[in-house]
Amino acid sequence: MAQDKIDRSGTPLVEMRNMKKAFGGIHAVDGVTVDVYPGEVVGVLGHNGAGKSVLMKMLSGAIQRDSGEIYVNGELADINNPRDARRYQIETIYQYLALADNLDASANLFLGRELVTPLGLVDDARMEAETRKIMGRLTPNFRRYKTPVAGLSGGQRQSVAISRAVYFNAKILIMDEPTAALGVEETRMVAELIDELKKQGIGIFLIDHDIHQVKALCDRASVMKNGQLVGTVNVHEVTEDDLLGMIILGKKPEKAA
Amino acid sequence: MSDATQSHTPPKQASRNFFQALEIDTRLLGMIGAFIVLCLVFHVWTDGRFLTPRNVFNLTIQTVSVAIMATGMVFVIVTRHIDLSVGALLATCSAMMAMTQTVVTPEWFGLGLNHPLTAPIAVIVGIVTGVVIGAFHGWLIGYLLIPAFIVTLGGLLVWRNVAWHLTKGQTIGPLDSTFQTFGGINGTMGETGSWIFGILATGLAIALLLSARRNKIRHEFPVKPLWAEFVLAGMVAAAILGLVAVLNAYEIPERRLVRMFEARGEVMPEGFTAGYGVPYSVLILVVIATIMTVVAQRTRLGRYIFATGGNPDAAMLSGINTRLLTVKVFAIMGALCAISAVVASARLTFHSNDIGTLDELRVIAAAVIGGTALAGGLGTIYGAILGALIMQSLQSGMAMVGVEAPYQNIVVGIVLVLAVFIDIIYRKRTGA
Repeated sequence: MAQDKIDRSGTPLVEMRNMKKAFGGIHAVDGVTVDVYPGEVVGVLGHNGAGKSVLMKMLSGAIQRDSGEIYVNGELADINNPRDARRYQIETIYQYLALADNLDASANLFLGRELVTPLGLVDDARMEAETRKIMGRLTPNFRRYKTPVAGLSGGQRQSVAISRAVYFNAKILIMDEPTAALGVEETRMVAELIDELKKQGIGIFLIDHDIHQVKALCDRASVMKNGQLVGTVNVHEVTEDDLLGMIILGKKPEKAA
Repeated sequence: MSDATQSHTPPKQASRNFFQALEIDTRLLGMIGAFIVLCLVFHVWTDGRFLTPRNVFNLTIQTVSVAIMATGMVFVIVTRHIDLSVGALLATCSAMMAMTQTVVTPEWFGLGLNHPLTAPIAVIVGIVTGVVIGAFHGWLIGYLLIPAFIVTLGGLLVWRNVAWHLTKGQTIGPLDSTFQTFGGINGTMGETGSWIFGILATGLAIALLLSARRNKIRHEFPVKPLWAEFVLAGMVAAAILGLVAVLNAYEIPERRLVRMFEARGEVMPEGFTAGYGVPYSVLILVVIATIMTVVAQRTRLGRYIFATGGNPDAAMLSGINTRLLTVKVFAIMGALCAISAVVASARLTFHSNDIGTLDELRVIAAAVIGGTALAGGLGTIYGAILGALIMQSLQSGMAMVGVEAPYQNIVVGIVLVLAVFIDIIYRKRTGA
């Protein structure tokens, strides 16, 4: 993956402009602008507390922004809660947060968007059938459809979360350290999946700590420090040391994208 | 990424034992087992007085009020809240209804006593009161983020004494005669009505089993062997019709029958007997249990209640309005307190100042014995009802044996703690 094949001549899929969020006087996110184009993976990097998660949560609607604008396909989007975000086909994959441990895979996959019978009752059988279809594609060996997800492995839980995004035709995907709790094989599986999603023209924001991973998976990287954007670089044009410099020192490399 | 859709062959079933094939929750089996043992022990201990039609009848009508509220408490506890105010709320609803039917409708509306409209009006007033107060609690908890423990502890003091204020501390009665039919002994379906009810209920239960099976087959999921379905259907039918038979066997005393005939201006034929049958209050419980189970298992509301209990953050991120959900859960609890108030005051035939005292603890204990986890996310409606039944059986069994009241409470307290401890061990073993 030496060269950059992303076409950035059109309108970005998502553009977050001048986003701000403060918690009790602390500027968690202070005037940050980032964007992602169709079929592109943009890494969002930074230390713990740099504001990357807050920035992404404003996009997913989990946190309400103080100011700033979000554009989806060039149009101003009004995102104030997770339901709004879903309407714009923005899906989020959290590492730890987003599964209800006491429910099974299909209840989690359809949580908030249950399939219902004509009488308005939830149609568990149909949801399980759909879950079997989509999960069968992503993790062919998965069998534990009746177990609460608390009993699943990290990778299996992650596939439930990813299946959810895929099933509901996400256009924009936010992945919060999707491989942090996974083994080697499962990480490879997620990487393959990300490639697949890129081919379908989905734009992905990837929050990650692992520079290596970012170099391998991302097209561009936006680095944050203390709530501000250090800069956005084309990962193929910078070294891992450049990225580390941006994260730790907040220093933008000479050759910026 | 393979694109092959997997075929889902059911796992090998050779080694499955009888109960696994039936697919009944082992926890439920354990509770039913404990309940049966309890009944048999008391039956022997009381020289065969415990499992008589008369005592079974009394047990069922005594259990109804707590059981109705316990179904609501399941939702409250599943969403990681608690409601300490249910007994007090019951008292306020009861007071509102008592004043409605003894003062408001007969005097202000000029309908007089025992008018046919009195009972419906009173019940509606009670339910509205319960829903409004419950929703208010839910709003304080969900939107103002005051812990449920505090809101409902305050509620306990407030509503207990609002009830006192409404009635000036007086006992209000006798209540409307139609209203009294919800209480148990004063309103039963009779033998024929009870059989019709039993057969309808059995038919419905079997229809549900069938449709669940058909649905599974339609989606090519594994189904349990046909004999297991038959055994299950047989057990359900035996339980329902057995209860009907027992309740029908409790005969109305002769003097009461004579009075009933006299009231109709007839003379009782020689040798005439009639059984009480299923009390309307039990019918109410059955209907509520069915509705609440459907809500819990087959509606979005129920799904969201359990999801929120399992992981509130996940529920919120999935677009569930968890604040409004809290309001709904407590509003349901309020409505159920009102319905319990109907049953409880109708059973007494009057509203008394201390009605529902300590019910909050019985209700919470019933839900918890029934397997509702205080950590949230786990609980069943039928478990809570069975929990209420076990508590009531224990209490009245001890009373029949002659255990003094203070010792009864000591035993009930110990049983509560022990039941939860056994549940913890069970969950550890099964990893559920």
